[in-house]
Amino acid sequence: MNIPVKPLSSVALTKADFVSKQTVRWCPGCGDYSILANIQKVLPELNIPKEDIVFVSGIGCSSRFPYYMDTYGMHTLHGRAPAFATGLKVARPELSVWIVTGDGDGLSIGGNQLLHMLRRNLDVNVLLFNNRIYGLTKGQYSPTSEQGKVTKSTPFGSPDMPLNPMLFALSAGATFIARTFDVDTKGMQEIFKEAAKHKGTSFVEIYQNCNIFNDGTFAAVKDRSVREDRILRLKHGEPFVFGKEQNKGIRLNGLKPEIVELGSGVNENELLKHDQFSSDSTLANLLSGFDYPEFPVPMGILRQVENSTYEEKIEQQIKTQIELKGVGNLTNLLRGGQVWTN
Amino acid sequence: MSSVKAPSKAKSVSAQANFPKTELEKATIRFAGDSGDGMQLTGTQFSTTSVMAGNDVITFPDFPAEIRAPAGTLAGVSGFDLSISSSEIYTTADCLGVLVAMNPAALKANLIDLEKGGILIVNSDSFAKNDLLKAEYSENPLESGELSDYRVVQIPITKLTLKAVEETGLSFRDGARCKNFFALGVVKWLFVRSLEQTQVWIKDKFKNKPGIAKANELALQAGYNYAITIELFQERYHVSPAVLPSGEYRQITGNQALALGCVAASLRSGLSLLYSSYPITPASDILHDLAHYKNYGVKTIQAEDEIAAMSSTIGSAFGGVLAVTGTSGPGLDLKSEALGYAVMTELPVVVLNVQRGGPSTGLPTKAEQTDLLSALYGRHGESPVPVLAAATPGDCFFMVLEAFRIALKYMTPVIVLSDGGLANASEPWKIPDEDELPDLTQNFHTDPENFSAYNRNQKTLARNWAIPGTAGLEHRIGGLEKDFDTGEINYDPENHEKMVLLRDEKIRGIAKDLPPLEIIGEETNELLVVTWGSVFGPAFSAIKSLQAEGHQVSMLHLRHLYPFQENLGKILGNFNKVLVPEMNLGQLSRMLRAEFLVDAIPFSKLQGRPFLISEIRNQVLELLGESGASSPCRDV
Repeated sequence: MNIPVKPLSSVALTKADFVSKQTVRWCPGCGDYSILANIQKVLPELNIPKEDIVFVSGIGCSSRFPYYMDTYGMHTLHGRAPAFATGLKVARPELSVWIVTGDGDGLSIGGNQLLHMLRRNLDVNVLLFNNRIYGLTKGQYSPTSEQGKVTKSTPFGSPDMPLNPMLFALSAGATFIARTFDVDTKGMQEIFKEAAKHKGTSFVEIYQNCNIFNDGTFAAVKDRSVREDRILRLKHGEPFVFGKEQNKGIRLNGLKPEIVELGSGVNENELLKHDQFSSDSTLANLLSGFDYPEFPVPMGILRQVENSTYEEKIEQQIKTQIELKGVGNLTNLLRGGQVWTN
Repeated sequence: MSSVKAPSKAKSVSAQANFPKTELEKATIRFAGDSGDGMQLTGTQFSTTSVMAGNDVITFPDFPAEIRAPAGTLAGVSGFDLSISSSEIYTTADCLGVLVAMNPAALKANLIDLEKGGILIVNSDSFAKNDLLKAEYSENPLESGELSDYRVVQIPITKLTLKAVEETGLSFRDGARCKNFFALGVVKWLFVRSLEQTQVWIKDKFKNKPGIAKANELALQAGYNYAITIELFQERYHVSPAVLPSGEYRQITGNQALALGCVAASLRSGLSLLYSSYPITPASDILHDLAHYKNYGVKTIQAEDEIAAMSSTIGSAFGGVLAVTGTSGPGLDLKSEALGYAVMTELPVVVLNVQRGGPSTGLPTKAEQTDLLSALYGRHGESPVPVLAAATPGDCFFMVLEAFRIALKYMTPVIVLSDGGLANASEPWKIPDEDELPDLTQNFHTDPENFSAYNRNQKTLARNWAIPGTAGLEHRIGGLEKDFDTGEINYDPENHEKMVLLRDEKIRGIAKDLPPLEIIGEETNELLVVTWGSVFGPAFSAIKSLQAEGHQVSMLHLRHLYPFQENLGKILGNFNKVLVPEMNLGQLSRMLRAEFLVDAIPFSKLQGRPFLISEIRNQVLELLGESGASSPCRDV
């Protein structure tokens, strides 16, 4: 997101400036609280006037988010936040637009809207809260639920294959994809800041716990006790090393990635290195496919590349046509085509 | 026509001068051929020429949904009607005076509309055995005697065209494609029209393809000369210029007028225009047109689907631009959830719905008025939306401006209904005086003092429109029910009822802001014909002549379908009978019955094409118990 050029108010904003009067109504213990707090923490640091910030959401627990932010906000229709945001951002390119969505809202009913917004590279930031369940409708499986998942609507297990949000976004042409999780305050804040700075759609998947309908869904990955062995913290230019003892790495064996023990004859030079800015998407594809238990889950920015944005292309066309034809006026408009006098 | 003669230029001048001319008040011509034969283009060219010559002209293109149905088949026939007149006209005439049929299928599909004694021009080159088979003719109609009621003019158009374009060295295929210009040349001669305007058009259109331009010019001239040389016709016809209100004119179709209205509304409001839509027949041309108006600051989005088109339109309205989308029936269905959201969030958006035959995919290229109830009631919840309908192609322009006036003043979505007939039909349009267009200047709310987005104008009940970027007015909107006072989420039962009533009252209140309806004819009479949308044309033509003959009938045309104008109920009470001709099963008549307890009699037509003047005339006479019914050219 480009920082809009506008004189800043003399008084620096604080976290409290972004807290709305609306009582937060998520279930106690929900992962959403932490995400909200971290966004409210990060926004003052972006130096964007808060009247220029708009949060747009769809339907679902996470989509109540805009009500809790003292910015402009639109709580829209199930799955349609990307479409509402597209209209808003094309109309007002200078605004800082944030989309809050969930795995059901963004990847099921709103899959098409998300796909096309990513393809167009609209300059917005997407926060996809992934809790692998439908919370607001009280516990049905979602497009990211694991196959065989027993829920209210699948008493004998879900027959669906889950969707990988990173691979989805990448194949839609996303220019910024990142992953974080709800209790990783530091990681989340860093990613939010980078997402805000990126020009184009920044797509951030956040592993989020639903303690009512899907408690511990990501526990095997993000629990403090196992976390460092099961996640891969990405840093641009650094080799893929992970583990509590930082003794494991990932290298390529032919075209296949494999986990190796460091020290036992394997050194870091053999490992894959992170290159988040690579214009080639091979590495990002490989990383996006990593999942527990076969591989550690990548956390951080998987890919970040430059491309023009949808709204700037539209602005450019208007500018070019005005240069060519001059600014249109009503007299000329009404007299387009052949005119005669009676 | 056995031999092919090369047209002689030498003979042309003297032959023209000596030919007898008959003056006609009006004439109706149809160009019909395969959908790839260029009939729409030929018709458009002839209508432009006639308009420039000062006639009143109404056109009605009628084409299949398939882009190129199998050549020569009945399914692939495309036609273009135009009536040219020396007096004001409001619809194409019921019967054709001239039919140009480029192949047997075009002949078979259209002959029924040709008046007895009418001129039938056929391309005799396309009546080979195989062509006849494809058109399901068991014997050649040119030889069977079945055309004896008409003045048949057989021309080997293909051969003559190829001969005429020989010098350009074009391939057989490209050369033969010029045959529509040959046919146009023939008809231009028949109606004493100059070739000049079409020659200029060809030069411009094909400026990058000089070979094609030359060939088309040659074909056009060859057709014209051929008509002279061969003495195809006993006489020529002349339709004098019409006396139209003085002023500047241009030709306009309904879709062009909708697009133009959007840009004019942008200029009159000072807000930039954003049009987001998904391609759908017959509304796509609005998107095509608006995409060209970039130097007016117009932004267009070709959305990924109808839902996204509606949603992005609302998103842009929240951002403070002039927001509009367009669609046709199936798309209106898909937009309904988001339209309800616009009702709840009270944002100004305009939806242009170009109605077509339904349900489902139905008749994509044909006209119907079957979306009225859908526009009014096709959403869950109590979800009132003002609905307007355009009467003529040119009226589409004014209805868009009216829609924006209401949307901006009352903070509401507004639906404008057009139809597949108006969309592509054209008429001479008097360019309006700029100062007569409504002033749509908009003032956004900027005062943070006691701000709530749901504070209302006490007169219009419109809520505050505060847009992002305005410091101190940060607020959230959404589809959940709002608190009457603060605009925050409120699930309280009494508050919900209060809000439902408020939204209803706001939209009903618009009626106070509409000019009274004007009756065409006597204010008290035996019969009132109530129309809306494109039925205006044939109904007005029928009623005018009935009134001139002294029949006890008046007419009322509605542009505001919701809310109705305030004097409608009173007017209806002044008539013994009320007839409502509609291209649906009686949707407006049902509304009139429900709202005013009058015995409105529905008169339906659902054939994907407009009412004939005679159909309405005869229905009126029947209700009046009077004689004088006229017989249409076609069985209906």
